[in-house]
Amino acid sequence: MTFDQILFYCLAAIAIISALMVITRRNPVHSAMFLITTLFSVAGIYLQLHAEFLAAVQVIVYVGGIMVLFLFVIMLVNLEVVSTERRFNKQWIIALIASAVLLVEFGYVIVRGGKSSLLPPVTGPAQDLTRKNSEQIGLMLYQNYMLPFEIASLLLLVAIIGAVILAKRRLASDK
Amino acid sequence: MFNQFFQVSDIVAIYPQLLLALFGLGVLIVDLFLDRPWKVLNAFTALLGIGYATYALFQIRRFNVSAYNGAIVNDSFAVYFQFVFLIATALVIFISARYLSIEGEHRGDYYALILFSLIGMNFMVMGMDIITLYIALELMAVSEYILVGYLRTNRQSNEASLKFFLLGAFSSGILLYGISLLYGISGSTDLRVIGQKLAERPANDPVTLVALVTLAAGLLFKVAGVPFHQWLPDAYEGAPSPITAFISVAPKAAAFALTLRFLFIALKPLQVNWVPMLSVICVLTMTVGNITAISQSNIKRLLAYSSIAHAGYLMLGMIAGNDYGITGIAIYFLVYMFMNIGAWTLVVAMRRKDLIGDQIQDMSGMFQKNPAAAVLMLIFMLSLAGIPPTAGFIGKYYLFASVIQTKHYVLAVIAVLNAAISLYYYFRVVVVMFMNDKVDEEKMVLSPGVLTTLAVTLAFTLIIGIYPDPFIRFAQNSLSLFQ
Repeated sequence: MTFDQILFYCLAAIAIISALMVITRRNPVHSAMFLITTLFSVAGIYLQLHAEFLAAVQVIVYVGGIMVLFLFVIMLVNLEVVSTERRFNKQWIIALIASAVLLVEFGYVIVRGGKSSLLPPVTGPAQDLTRKNSEQIGLMLYQNYMLPFEIASLLLLVAIIGAVILAKRRLASDK
Repeated sequence: MFNQFFQVSDIVAIYPQLLLALFGLGVLIVDLFLDRPWKVLNAFTALLGIGYATYALFQIRRFNVSAYNGAIVNDSFAVYFQFVFLIATALVIFISARYLSIEGEHRGDYYALILFSLIGMNFMVMGMDIITLYIALELMAVSEYILVGYLRTNRQSNEASLKFFLLGAFSSGILLYGISLLYGISGSTDLRVIGQKLAERPANDPVTLVALVTLAAGLLFKVAGVPFHQWLPDAYEGAPSPITAFISVAPKAAAFALTLRFLFIALKPLQVNWVPMLSVICVLTMTVGNITAISQSNIKRLLAYSSIAHAGYLMLGMIAGNDYGITGIAIYFLVYMFMNIGAWTLVVAMRRKDLIGDQIQDMSGMFQKNPAAAVLMLIFMLSLAGIPPTAGFIGKYYLFASVIQTKHYVLAVIAVLNAAISLYYYFRVVVVMFMNDKVDEEKMVLSPGVLTTLAVTLAFTLIIGIYPDPFIRFAQNSLSLFQ
């Protein structure tokens, strides 16, 4: 086993164990903390794959942005009430069956797919190691995907307008 | 210096969209300086934007350019659907002003959101690249979620918006999953390249089948095919009526056009797989839509279920997949836009102070109050049912004929039976209007905007029905899908 492999298994184990901790902890703050650990170890795996940009985004957006929002919400709701309530309702059996079916389905596809070597090998930019990962993404974003990038700016504007509409207090002059 | 990033032709291809974005932002800014009585000027700004964009589109209609490294193609299929969206949006803006004033929610952001949603739809029909398509779809959808919940103090509107948003986000997730599988299989985001790569793969390959099923589930949710239709009646009922008129026509047409692009370019090699799947869904959609519509007492819900059934008829054209079918889908959307917006306009006009006017009973005695409006409703209902000489007949004729051409006789028979069922509930509305006595004395007020929309929709519903040739030639532009 190379050092790379050992590192991968360590990171993967941390990711899976802390993911399990996320869904088994009673205290939502603990769950959130374990989720951060999961996200960090996944970022580590991205680094191993020479995807520095993705790793940085993972840390900045998920760990930095989204998890802070999560914690905000957790702090806003009443923790004492939540931690004493029952976590699972009667739907868990149905949920279990549904996920089992999905698991079998995907297992089948992966096994069958592996045999007939269905997924093509990775080619193109991912193997071009002469340029840095973030540089490649930047060029892709502003050359091939410039239009969706610009449309996304409109999408963000619409989201902001929506937030303002929903949150704005109805003024007396509006009536 | 910027040659490696974009060319002038790229800007030309998206010129109408640039104008719409400009006017959308303009509405937002102008709105700040308008006092309450002048808010109606926002509608004029938005209409002006649509006018300019239509003119720009008219000028570039024959260019047939591919722009932004093939991310979009402005072929005649895209141009045709963009014209449909522009007309539909203009008609909806005409009927919005008075409704919003009654609700006390008349603000500029409403029109800005409609314009942004229009931009999203335009890019959806132009897109050839799955990332562009997805972002455009989301631009359209997010604007819709907000517009459906636009009546902030109305609980029903809030609930509709939340349901629509949650289910919409969920279906987008499924769609993205399918998209990511397509990318994984082909290594490209271009629909044409994906089509080539899929053709090289063995038949009934499990990975492509999973991609097909997830993609189809996401797309069928957007067009509200049964069993992915549950969100639609609630969203249509809770939304402000002009917005319901809007989302029942334009975004549905955009979602259909997007599905056509996926099915006939990227997933063309899998046609043997998706035709049977779509056939089952088509039969379910028509039947469930029509049978559920029979028992509705609320006109908005009735029209909502009828629009589900219409989506079923439209799927016939996809299943046939020949020239007749695609022309049928294109002409059906043109026709459906006029007749459906017409019918919804009358529902909007029913809205009066202290009465929402969305129960079928509220239409009682409409013939005594306003005979012209009652006759108009009769014509729109006849057209929705597909009775000649109204436009609805032409649309149904093309779709039904297309499946007969491809020898799907069972589908054709089921479709005709469904059209017969739909007659029953469309006529129930007519009976209430003509036979029952009026429930109150309040007159129907038809604002100038509503009158404009009614005049346009009536004129085209009749003209397309009586003299369809030029419109069919117009709709045949959409055949560039196959090139």
